[in-house]
Amino acid sequence: MSGLAAANFPSRSWDNDAALSIVQQKKSLDGALMPILHALNDEFGYVDASVVPLIAEELNLSRAEVHGVLTFYHDFRKAPAGRHVIKICRAEACQSMAGRDLEAHVTRHLRVAMGETTPDKAFTVEAVYCLGLCACSPAMSIDGKLHGRVTPQRFDALIAEKRP
Amino acid sequence: MSTVLYLPGDSAALALGADEVEHALKVEALARKLDLTIIRNGSRGLFWLEPMLEVVTPAGRIAYGPVTASDIPGLLADNFLHGDKNHPLYLGKPEEIPYLKNQERLTFARCGIIDPTDIEDYIAHEGYRGLKNAIGLPGAAIVEAVTESGLRGRGGAGFPTGIKWKTVLGCAADQKYIVCNADEGDSGTFADRMIMEGDPFLLVEGMTIAGLAVGATKGFIYIRSEYPDAYRQLEKAIIAANRKGYLGPDVMGSGKAFDLELRLGAGAYICGEETSLLESLEGKRGMVRAKPPLPAIKGLFGKPTVINNVLSFVAVPTILDKGAAFYKDFGMGRSRGTMPLQLAGNIRHGGLVEKAFGITLRQVIEQFGGGTATGRPLRAVQVGGPLGAYFPDALLDTPLDYEAMAAAKGMLGHGGIVVFDDSVDLSLQARFAMEFCAIESCGKCTPCRIGSTRGVEVIDRIRHGENREKNMELLADLCDTMLDGSLCALGGLTPFPVQSAIRHFPEDFNRPQSRAAAE
Repeated sequence: MSGLAAANFPSRSWDNDAALSIVQQKKSLDGALMPILHALNDEFGYVDASVVPLIAEELNLSRAEVHGVLTFYHDFRKAPAGRHVIKICRAEACQSMAGRDLEAHVTRHLRVAMGETTPDKAFTVEAVYCLGLCACSPAMSIDGKLHGRVTPQRFDALIAEKRP
Repeated sequence: MSTVLYLPGDSAALALGADEVEHALKVEALARKLDLTIIRNGSRGLFWLEPMLEVVTPAGRIAYGPVTASDIPGLLADNFLHGDKNHPLYLGKPEEIPYLKNQERLTFARCGIIDPTDIEDYIAHEGYRGLKNAIGLPGAAIVEAVTESGLRGRGGAGFPTGIKWKTVLGCAADQKYIVCNADEGDSGTFADRMIMEGDPFLLVEGMTIAGLAVGATKGFIYIRSEYPDAYRQLEKAIIAANRKGYLGPDVMGSGKAFDLELRLGAGAYICGEETSLLESLEGKRGMVRAKPPLPAIKGLFGKPTVINNVLSFVAVPTILDKGAAFYKDFGMGRSRGTMPLQLAGNIRHGGLVEKAFGITLRQVIEQFGGGTATGRPLRAVQVGGPLGAYFPDALLDTPLDYEAMAAAKGMLGHGGIVVFDDSVDLSLQARFAMEFCAIESCGKCTPCRIGSTRGVEVIDRIRHGENREKNMELLADLCDTMLDGSLCALGGLTPFPVQSAIRHFPEDFNRPQSRAAAE
């Protein structure tokens, strides 16, 4: 299953031989590039730039085309994330329920800007535009687990469990 | 004898602690030596009551909610397994709850009732009757039924589904495709997610009927990566449907083939635009295509393609089962049938409200929603996602119908209704509309790619009281340019929330200099 890894630990460090075997497994799918990039992102926690020529060769595409796709989509990471990934919904329904305050609380509490990772690599905080939990806003996910009606206090309690 | 309990596995129920409730039930059942069968159903869409736990009694299903894990020992100590009426969380029969009772659930008839992973349960609840009827019909007759029903695209544009299908049916090609747009990215919408998680076979059935109708043997469902649970449910449904012969080389013994594959998006809002979605499915950047050619003629991999939203496909089995006339009987004007509305944001009773077209915004917000969650006065309502207009109280009597919404300079879109209380600053919401467009623009056309960034800057200047008159004029001009000059709906509709905010809430764009300066 591609792109659905809940945990953000890369299950292994980058390995071009293993990456190539993933590419070869998926290359016969229709529109194979997206499933390939998802699979690599899941397996290693990011997609290393060194795989671009390998994919280009296997799929008979130019390197520019592969690079273009890799960099178009928000989901594909260019470097590993922190040990825990927090995705905060920034869309309108969550805004209507003090989502902006929650976002400010999270970035202040973890001392990190949106889209960045803490220096100790413990937390990455990212924006997401809608988790489909708009009737229980504000919403976020922490390591893939969804949380609705999150208050700053509730966030602090959830994150205390994740502290190293 | 085992007591059967239903506990939603819907992601919103999970976000509110449904898995913790299941864990507590298992722990307590073991300690008390109770024989419990827990079925993870979809949600009935009453989110202020989730997690809603239902127990099967001789008198029918009895609901309790909102249940937390800490309520479980108390519930089991009481007579809850026999439908105890005195427990404070007692809700009675779910179908008697006015919020549900006052709906017209055609599409969501089964959601929250059946086990979404069990194809037999689906069939026992009128599932696959539409496909069975479709098998006996020539493709043109299926298309005719869909046209006759008046079904229009539920993704937002409202294009007649039957006409789209007819175009594909009329194309001669060695391969045709059915593509489902499940990239439900609009804030305030969750109906696609709920139906994929709570009744996935319905989507499989709807797409299979589309395949038979137009002569397509392969379909793809493009699901946004923010919906992993929906992906998993559909993955299971496709395996089960293949195993039972409802998908595969010989659909229900018809001799016709239909195969379905899932694809995952990667966090790009623009991929909800149909041509961008097709590019993404082909493994490319999600760049919008110029139209024509229409996807119906030259779509996925250059082949004739039916591309519809989840809610369009899931309306089809009802039409084929109960007839076009039955479906068409609901609704008003040129908007026929029912619309699954999604009541969201700052609302007491948020959830899924499926009603015939024609109910007014005020009826939905007041009768179903029960006012704001914060208890403060309602100030603005955004209908139709991030590209939809902000409505003031004075416009709440607008009926929810494609034409009436357009006449009010808004759009129904995918049916999301986001309520804001009086703490909202509409200049900030307008700024966000431009900011969101700047983040999500595919970059192909200039009005959207550059205009959105300029829009953020101009609104910032207005908010700071800099050269206000001139900048308001500039913003109006920029909105016109984006409206007229953008290639697709993202750039073309981003001005909707901005212009409506200015039109209905001008005071938010004209704050006293001193106040602005003090910030």
